Amino acid sequence: MLQIKNLNKSYPIGDTSLHVLKGINLSVENGEMVAIMGSSGSGKSTLLNIIGMLDEADSGEYILDNLPIKNLTEKKAAVYRNKFLGFIFQSFNLINYKNALENVALPLYYQGMKRKERQELAMFHLEKVGLANWAHHLPKELSGGQKQRVAIARALAANPKLLLADEPTGALDTTTSHEIMAFIQQLNDEGKTILMVTHEEDIANMCKRIVRLRDGIIIEDKKVNQVRAEQYV
Amino acid sequence: MFKFLFDRDTWQEVFDSFNKNKLRSILTMVGVWWGILLLIGLLGSARGLENSFNRLFGDFATNSVFIWSQNTSKPFKGFQEGRRVRLSLTDAQKVEENVNGIEFVVPRNQNQATVVRNFLSGTFSLGGDYPLLDKVEKKKLIHGRFINQSDISDRKKVVVLSEDVYKQIFEKDEKAIGQYIQINNINFKVIGVFEVSNISMGPRIDMHIPFTTFQQIYNTGDQIGWMTITGKPGYDIVQIEKDAKLLLKNLNDVNPNDNTALRSANAAKEIGRVTGFLTGMQFLTWFVGVATLIAGVFAIGNILLITVRERTKEIGVRRALGATPFEIKRQIVVEAVFLTLIAGLFGIISGGWILIGLDAAFGQGDDAVIVNASVSIAVVFIALLLLVILGTLIGLIPAFKATSIKPIEALREE
Repeated sequence: MLQIKNLNKSYPIGDTSLHVLKGINLSVENGEMVAIMGSSGSGKSTLLNIIGMLDEADSGEYILDNLPIKNLTEKKAAVYRNKFLGFIFQSFNLINYKNALENVALPLYYQGMKRKERQELAMFHLEKVGLANWAHHLPKELSGGQKQRVAIARALAANPKLLLADEPTGALDTTTSHEIMAFIQQLNDEGKTILMVTHEEDIANMCKRIVRLRDGIIIEDKKVNQVRAEQYV
Repeated sequence: MFKFLFDRDTWQEVFDSFNKNKLRSILTMVGVWWGILLLIGLLGSARGLENSFNRLFGDFATNSVFIWSQNTSKPFKGFQEGRRVRLSLTDAQKVEENVNGIEFVVPRNQNQATVVRNFLSGTFSLGGDYPLLDKVEKKKLIHGRFINQSDISDRKKVVVLSEDVYKQIFEKDEKAIGQYIQINNINFKVIGVFEVSNISMGPRIDMHIPFTTFQQIYNTGDQIGWMTITGKPGYDIVQIEKDAKLLLKNLNDVNPNDNTALRSANAAKEIGRVTGFLTGMQFLTWFVGVATLIAGVFAIGNILLITVRERTKEIGVRRALGATPFEIKRQIVVEAVFLTLIAGLFGIISGGWILIGLDAAFGQGDDAVIVNASVSIAVVFIALLLLVILGTLIGLIPAFKATSIKPIEALREE
């Protein structure tokens, strides 16, 4: 599904530059659920952004689904993002003047899908996250957990190969976090490959594999026994 | 390529972002609205003024000059100063024969006369005229005809009345043609009724009778009151005026440097002054209107720039979800054009209202200051086109700004 070889990334800071990723090697198989952990500044978000084609590596290889991701034009990157990737953000990043249904339908809009089809599909995904009754509510009328579920529905809408989550529970209380994690686990059970950045140990343990980063290098990469989130809900 | 313009979603996006920033969008649009309102209002009023001048001069050969005689102010060839100079038919004929570039010379006479019909009467100016007058000073005949050559040769007692005279001595809707009226106790047959023109060059005549008939009644002989001269196209009417006056001074033993003996009014000079003023005003109008418009469009660009800044994160999200930079740019440009266009349309409509208001306030009646204040469809289209172009150009700035930020930076911003 995903191969990364000797990935390097540095950010210029004034005259010097900050070397954030120093030769990352990572390979993720289909159906895996990987947590990327590390303290802040360890480079975990940068790695996720590069995987998400939101950012570009300075050197190294990145192959997504047998497709080398290199020197992409903005347009191409946009198309790939739309086709291959679903994003879940810490702060949900819903568009606040669009209702839940429209938010979910947005990636499909950029796919060029017809309005009616799009809305039906979006509705289907909203039902899946249990928010069909909230379809016409604006994000401000939803609770944090509901917002994140809308965001998950949006990430799923385009049926991506890989789901990328950046601290998906970072802005949620424990109970809601577990709800969301249970949901993400369920998605993984259904076969979705999931990559998530977190700094919470218990959340990471709900994944199947933990990759630890420190100062731009992977210091640990191990499979774990998945803790099911349902038991806490 | 323009398929997206017919896509409901494109407009949904525009309306959503408009609704999100309702007050600000409206305030911005006021700038453009005001600009186009000024443009339409000013252009319309300028046109109205022009129309009113045109109506004034419309029936009137613009390359014409009036010459009449008064008292001399200088002694010459044994004549004392203060002598009354009298122009004659011979003078008119000589002018026509000798001055270069003349088209017509129309000798005219004038007097006051009392007109009576049944129990109605009035005092009006009476003119003895040739058919040629109709060529120099187009008469708008409501009924009947103007004086013709046979009236002149036979010294017919026929009269062409102005509307005012008709209203004074005829009942409403009464047929005037063929009726007889008394002018200074002589019966005249009415052959025509004309609409009074607003032109005030030369004395106003309310009743035209054949020149020859006038000669006979008032026993004026060879004398004429004044003459109207028109120049052929391509000849300078000012030069014709000079030449004619010099010739007339010669014929009437007047000192060539005498400035009072012969008086003249040159229509071309007056009209030129006015039209020059109008052209200047129109230029000013365009200048002011377009400048205001540009200021308004810049305001829209400025606001969009701020909006884009505020929407950085949203744009980042959209790009993460697969919006291409082109789609983002297109959306912002569409928003800019939409705002300018809507504001412009409102401006055109309210500009139209202003013109309607002006018309109601100043545009009624015969001596209206502003006649038919309006702008042509062409001007409206030019203004709209200008709006679209300016809107697109100004929309490109925030559009490029929006996509110059990498999605990652946009998302990182909290």
